Amino acid sequence: MRLALRELVRRPARFVTATLILTVIAILLMFLGGLLDGLIRSTTGAVRAQDADLIVYSDTSQASFLRSRIDPATRAVVEEVPGVFEVGGIGVVQLGARVPGNGPRDLANVALFGYELTPDGVPDPPAPGTAWADEVLRDDGVEEGQTIALGPARSPITVAGFVEDTSYLGQGGLWAEPATWRAVLARNRPDARLGPGVFQALVVRVEGASPGEVAGAIDAATGSTETLTVDAAISELPGVEEQQSTFNQIIGVTVVVALVVIALFFALLTVERTALYGVLKALGARSRTLFLGLVVQAVILTAIASAVGAGMVLVIDRLIPPGSIPLYVAPSRLVLSAVLLVLAAIVGCAFSLRRVLRVDPASALGSSS
Amino acid sequence: MNDRPIALDMRDVRKVYRVGDSDIVALDHATLSVERSEMVALVGPSGSGKTTLCSIAGGILSPTEGRIVVGGEDITGHSESQLTSFRQRKVGFVFQSVNLVPFLTARENLLVVDELGRRTGAAARERADELLDDLGLTDRSKNLPSQLSGGQRQRVAIGRALMNDPELVLFDEPTSALDTELGAQVMELIRSEVTSSNTAAIVVTHDERITDYCDRSVNIVDGKLQAA
Ligand SMILES: Nc1ncnc2c1ncn2[C@@H]1O[C@H](COP(=O)(O)OP(=O)(O)OP(=O)(O)O)[C@@H](O)[C@H]1O
Ligand SMILES: [Mg+2]
Repeated sequence: MRLALRELVRRPARFVTATLILTVIAILLMFLGGLLDGLIRSTTGAVRAQDADLIVYSDTSQASFLRSRIDPATRAVVEEVPGVFEVGGIGVVQLGARVPGNGPRDLANVALFGYELTPDGVPDPPAPGTAWADEVLRDDGVEEGQTIALGPARSPITVAGFVEDTSYLGQGGLWAEPATWRAVLARNRPDARLGPGVFQALVVRVEGASPGEVAGAIDAATGSTETLTVDAAISELPGVEEQQSTFNQIIGVTVVVALVVIALFFALLTVERTALYGVLKALGARSRTLFLGLVVQAVILTAIASAVGAGMVLVIDRLIPPGSIPLYVAPSRLVLSAVLLVLAAIVGCAFSLRRVLRVDPASALGSSS
Repeated sequence: MNDRPIALDMRDVRKVYRVGDSDIVALDHATLSVERSEMVALVGPSGSGKTTLCSIAGGILSPTEGRIVVGGEDITGHSESQLTSFRQRKVGFVFQSVNLVPFLTARENLLVVDELGRRTGAAARERADELLDDLGLTDRSKNLPSQLSGGQRQRVAIGRALMNDPELVLFDEPTSALDTELGAQVMELIRSEVTSSNTAAIVVTHDERITDYCDRSVNIVDGKLQAA
């Protein structure tokens, strides 16, 4: 073990190439993970922020706000279901917004929500005609106190302040009281206009019962709704599952590439060290000790590569212009990537185990040339 | 006889290598005893079984038949891990080609024996410095093998073989890579170390001159031992 560490310190040149390759792989892995997290975050923020247990859609809506309608009569039924503690209406309209100071075609993509129950991190609805804006809209030049014009009807909305992580399907969230949302919806999407008291969906807080059972009870009571837990509603959002499975496949392939690199590198190193291992075994080294040294070296190389990779991804995150690509660098993602790489390194080393075991100490004696 | 106990006792040792369909008898009923601080030259032509005998005596090769006792420990039936531990404690090897760890200094090459084995720490460092001093390498102790001459490397290898204070040291052609003069110097060193550390030694050689440094010579021809 000490021998393995000494070799790393004394002969760093032997390990530089492998470490560089692993660093590139670590950057790729962490960057891909960051992209996935960024995409998912900007797709699901508004639903994740819901401080509730269930979301009630109409049963033909396929869990889409835009296709869903909940009228006051249905809402009254939901409110009477045992276990339902609080109910709030919610609705959204996705529009392009003209921001003062931006060019006429430079629209900011917004998702204007009308809400009753406050999501996490969003205060109570502001005054009519105003909205809380998501931080990401700052990248489009949106400022507090500014009035932006929404959609073809150029409905004015004044920014009351900023909130975080409430994007919806890649569009920056705007959070207003229901009447403001309903008015903007009616003027810009006349075909989708909703009468007073009608929402697209309901968010439900449950108390004293299991959300799953309450969801079933709601759908049974109304006969016209599909009720999902918030987590289920998140995965039902368009694109979420596709994004996750696509990226996870690419990440998986990248980890396998790392494993192959480690396996090949240490297999070569082991072949090169056959004579040395023979001598060390003759001197009384156990195979276990020699193999452990190999694993320690592999783990250290990947740990260095992961640390450098994480640093590079943080730098890339700083360098890319805000709003250009949805990269979101979370510490948990960096740690997870490093753990995957270290595991790949250990598995990769295992391919050399048999060779280490098979080195014959007798090969050390009598090798005259 | 009793004040010079037997360090190595090999009885009727046979080693047969099976290559394809034919058997190669590398050692044939070899019987050999070596006492402490006795130095035996093992002389014979190439392929006569010298390396095979050393490998079996040092516990890195198992015999086909026969019994081997080193320093009172019967290693005949030892498992692989028992042999590993036996080598750590009781044997020293100097190989035909100098096999120092290339990225360790002279001193660290001696200490590696302790790190792989008993881990005595300070005592081992003291012993390493003592050996380096005996071998005239004190001012080279921080050199890597690549920064040493051939003779100096061979001396480091001798120091490494003596680090664990072995019962038996096996020298497989220790001077074959050295010129006559250096070879003589190294043999003198081996002689004085073996005497002062009270261990038994077998020195394998082709070279008749080397036998002058040994207490006695044993000839080996086609795997059979015969006193010279
Ligand atoms: N691993 C092996 N497999 C098969 N035959 C072997 C093996 N090792 C040695 N032999 C054979 O055993 C015999 C003795 O070999 P050994 O290496 O002991 O000779 P040696 O006296 O040390 O020779 P040299 O002076 O050339 O080093 C030789 O005929 C050799 O070919
Ligand atoms: Mg030989």
